[in-house]
Amino acid sequence: MATSTSKRPTSKRNKRDAETMAKSQREISVSEFFAKNRHLLGFDNPRKAVLTTVKEAVDNALDACEEAGILPSLFVGIRPLSETRFEITVRDNGPGIVRRQVENVFGKLLYGSKFHRLKMSRGQQGIGIAAAGMYALMTTGKPMVIHTKPKKNKPSHCLTLAIDMQKNKADVSDEEERHDFPSPTGTEVVLQLEGRYQRGKQSVDEYLQQTAIANPHAQIIYQPPDACKSREDDEDAGPSLIDDLDHAMRLAEEIEETTTTPGGTVIFPRAIESLPEDTKEIKPHPQGIELGMLIKMVKDSDSSQLGGFLQNEFCRVSLRVANEITDRAQDLVKGISTITNRTYLSKIGHSECEAIYGAIQDMRFMSPPTDCLAPIGDDVIRAGMLKGVRAEFYTSVTRPPAVYRGNPFQIEVGLAFGGDLPSDEPGRVIRFANRVPLLYQQSACCAFKAVAEPIWRNYGLSQPKGSLPVGPLVIMVHMASVWVPFTSESKEAIADYDEIRKEMKLALSECGRKLKTYLNRRAKVKRENERRSIFGKYLGEVVRSLNVIDPKLKPAKLKSQFEEVARRYTETADMEFDEDGNVLKKEKGTREKTDDTVVIVDRSAIETVTPSKRKRGDAAVEDLDQQELFA
Amino acid sequence: MRKPQKATRQGDCKEAGIDTMAKKKVTKKKVVKKKVTKKAAPVKKGKTTKKKVTKKTTQKKATGDGTTKKVVRRKKRTHADTAKLLVELAGNIATQVADEQDPGMEIPIRALSNVSFDARAGLIRMGTNAQRRSFFNVAHAKKFMQTTIIAAGCKQLADQKKSTSLRDLFYHSKRTIEGTRENTFDDQKESDPIIEDLEVALGSMREELGLYAEPRGAMVGPMVIEDNGDTIDLSKMGSGGWAIPSIVEDSVLKFKRGSAKFVLLVEKGAVWGRFNQDKFWQKHKCMIVHGSGQPPRGVRRLLYRMHHELKLPVFVLVDNDPWGYYIYSVLKQGSINLAFESQRMAIPKARFIGMSAYDAARFDIPKTVTIALNEQDRRRAKEVMNYPWFAKREWQKEIKHMLKLGVKLELEALSNKDFSFITNEYLPRKLKDKQWLD
Repeated sequence: MATSTSKRPTSKRNKRDAETMAKSQREISVSEFFAKNRHLLGFDNPRKAVLTTVKEAVDNALDACEEAGILPSLFVGIRPLSETRFEITVRDNGPGIVRRQVENVFGKLLYGSKFHRLKMSRGQQGIGIAAAGMYALMTTGKPMVIHTKPKKNKPSHCLTLAIDMQKNKADVSDEEERHDFPSPTGTEVVLQLEGRYQRGKQSVDEYLQQTAIANPHAQIIYQPPDACKSREDDEDAGPSLIDDLDHAMRLAEEIEETTTTPGGTVIFPRAIESLPEDTKEIKPHPQGIELGMLIKMVKDSDSSQLGGFLQNEFCRVSLRVANEITDRAQDLVKGISTITNRTYLSKIGHSECEAIYGAIQDMRFMSPPTDCLAPIGDDVIRAGMLKGVRAEFYTSVTRPPAVYRGNPFQIEVGLAFGGDLPSDEPGRVIRFANRVPLLYQQSACCAFKAVAEPIWRNYGLSQPKGSLPVGPLVIMVHMASVWVPFTSESKEAIADYDEIRKEMKLALSECGRKLKTYLNRRAKVKRENERRSIFGKYLGEVVRSLNVIDPKLKPAKLKSQFEEVARRYTETADMEFDEDGNVLKKEKGTREKTDDTVVIVDRSAIETVTPSKRKRGDAAVEDLDQQELFA
Repeated sequence: MRKPQKATRQGDCKEAGIDTMAKKKVTKKKVVKKKVTKKAAPVKKGKTTKKKVTKKTTQKKATGDGTTKKVVRRKKRTHADTAKLLVELAGNIATQVADEQDPGMEIPIRALSNVSFDARAGLIRMGTNAQRRSFFNVAHAKKFMQTTIIAAGCKQLADQKKSTSLRDLFYHSKRTIEGTRENTFDDQKESDPIIEDLEVALGSMREELGLYAEPRGAMVGPMVIEDNGDTIDLSKMGSGGWAIPSIVEDSVLKFKRGSAKFVLLVEKGAVWGRFNQDKFWQKHKCMIVHGSGQPPRGVRRLLYRMHHELKLPVFVLVDNDPWGYYIYSVLKQGSINLAFESQRMAIPKARFIGMSAYDAARFDIPKTVTIALNEQDRRRAKEVMNYPWFAKREWQKEIKHMLKLGVKLELEALSNKDFSFITNEYLPRKLKDKQWLD
């Protein structure tokens, strides 16, 4: 059989030998690869392309500002050029980019500052903005325009930059120096791309809204495509884009709530005047690396001896620990090779690395340091949700840091319940990774899976098997880490590591317990109020009847007596309860115990108060329609 | 004795319309109370034996006239007595409220759990368990309010020396509660049990509260009575008969003279009509009575009086099904719901003349007119079988036989043979052969 098959096809098929095949074998540039696989980067469809472009630019801008210690003020503008073509502008007040690096940062895929270090930041790989530029170039043929000002007192650079896909490098076609950059330093990126704009779920609006929740220190001004639209038809219709932007920028300094100008520009004002705590860059944890990585590190290291290498390149490795690693590794390669602290790195080959790697796996190390993490903070999360979600009950939890695969991470969960949220739909999960909202691929995400774990029935919510709890519920899950394990390059879902899922579950349970306490308490007070109303309702009839039976029983006196007893019997309605729903005895002088991780808003009471908010700002500002974004 | 009774609870509730409230768990307090009453039993025993003694004597003397009245528990309460009781009740509530207590009233439980069968007397007697109906209890609040309204209505009746119907009082008491959309009463089905509660709570009869029910049931026969001052010859009542009023006490109704030898209670008005048309009462010298199904209190009291005062044996003719058995049972021993009334209503010597499960064979009734027992019938039959007062061998045999045949039989089924088969053949033969159960 083997012979027959080898004979037959030879006659008809083009026979190609190694030489001819070699002619078509050539290097594939990363840019080309991603151009073909744009979905890996989040450019699967026109609508998502717009979002991803904004997202990459905003993430970079925020990262840059924070790293430079500047409170971020961003401008995001989407201008419609036609039904399917948009010009996206993202401007920050960050440190700017020095001229010589502009080509690399924007014109080269996989070029970045963040891949080679372990520091909590939004960007990781250095693909994002370049990929967006590439997408823009591919769909419209227009190169992106970079306007950056790295030095305060020097002119800014304005470059027109295309990406050469074959060579994975930038191709600058035009360059000028300018003096009109609006802030002392900063960067502006302008891209033209084919896309589609739509409000609602998974929109730019939602993304920015959630970004504002997770980044209360940032001020974002956003001009959606429909801002000042009427102007094109009618000169008197309203302010021009520029005028409205000026107005918005002035307003942004005054207001506290998210507002929309008459022209349609949305302002997310800065809520906190301080940057998140500066995070430290950490060295890899021994147990967080893989063998290949170890081999590469050995190759690249400046140290000459193994002991020094281990101590210098890793965190939590002291001289003693380094000794233990080498001793154990020695045991593994007995007779074949020798491994000691003094062994020269040049002598460390593949088998030695494998021994060291094996030794590390069997050892116990101290957890990596956690000062590399800057959680949003449970109070900030509550404040953010309070602004963004019209609920009745708010709580949040920040877990202590934990470790997966040698990478420290921290989980935060916020929970809003009741109020105007729809009660017959599954709860909504808002996911963040390093303060970046994740809008796509929800069901693949570890956060979603953690919320779908069957824990909610214990906390008084209904939960169909294997899905989200049903109820007026918004759950926010944030993961902060030096390296967030995304399932793909487009950074849409967090990979499902057991350690991460466990932390999320613990945080969710903690919020759940608080919710249950609240629900119990609410039910109890409601019951008591119902009781009281029942007695109040019947009391009149009883008093009247008693008076009919015996006219000597005076109604007024009887009634007040009845009311007194009623008050005594239903006083629970006025009571305060502790976390378990037990009655808190009010003791003289001591203040009532309250849980300061919980905020409760009485919506019925608030309705009458809201108009006062509208007084702020000189124009007739109106609240951004939160419900639409959170629906 | 308790156990079988408990098993039958459901059926009883249906039959006797027991107030579901009364089913509530006996609270700790009550358990304690029970114990106390048990401990204090000697005193009670003394009382009951005393009663029995008096009873025996009355029965001995019963040949004479007038003494029979002693069987009645006590003297009838006047309007003033009732008013006083009600004022007491209201005063009690007012005092409790003044003491900052949850006002409440003790209402004896009218449920299977609080009745016992007195085998010697052949009566169902109400026990001593009572439930506290308190205002500051969400489950009780409305009923408490309703009870006070009914009490107020009764007080007004007593003050005006009037009596009225249950439905009247319902309308009198029905109104929308101020400031709400809720009514004090929505249905007479709500007010009737409340009235019964008040009866037991005060230990007063319904008529003492100035209330009567919708008249139901009729009677004809060779007898002359005086009803509310009018002399009525019950042998000249035409086809409809004399409508039996709700209150048939001595004050309203007096037996003048008559030649009846026994009383026949027929379950349904239609069958009773056949007996009347065929002048069965003339031929057999009897009173024929019907109660439109389960006889109301008026009919039961009337039968009781005729039985005790006129010494007439009572025969009961009902459908052959578990419900028929139960009608007989209520007449004979009293009902669970109105156990407090058994003493003045139950006729332990009442006889069950038919229809028996054996009658189908005895009278050669064709199978086509029988109806198959359904699941509910079977369940009820088993419940009835478990009542202690059906423990007699004959009764067990009777019910078992019905279950074995798997069919029930209506009185009308006898018309399959002939329209007057029931009056000409069936009943005369059964009476002659003494084919009854008791």
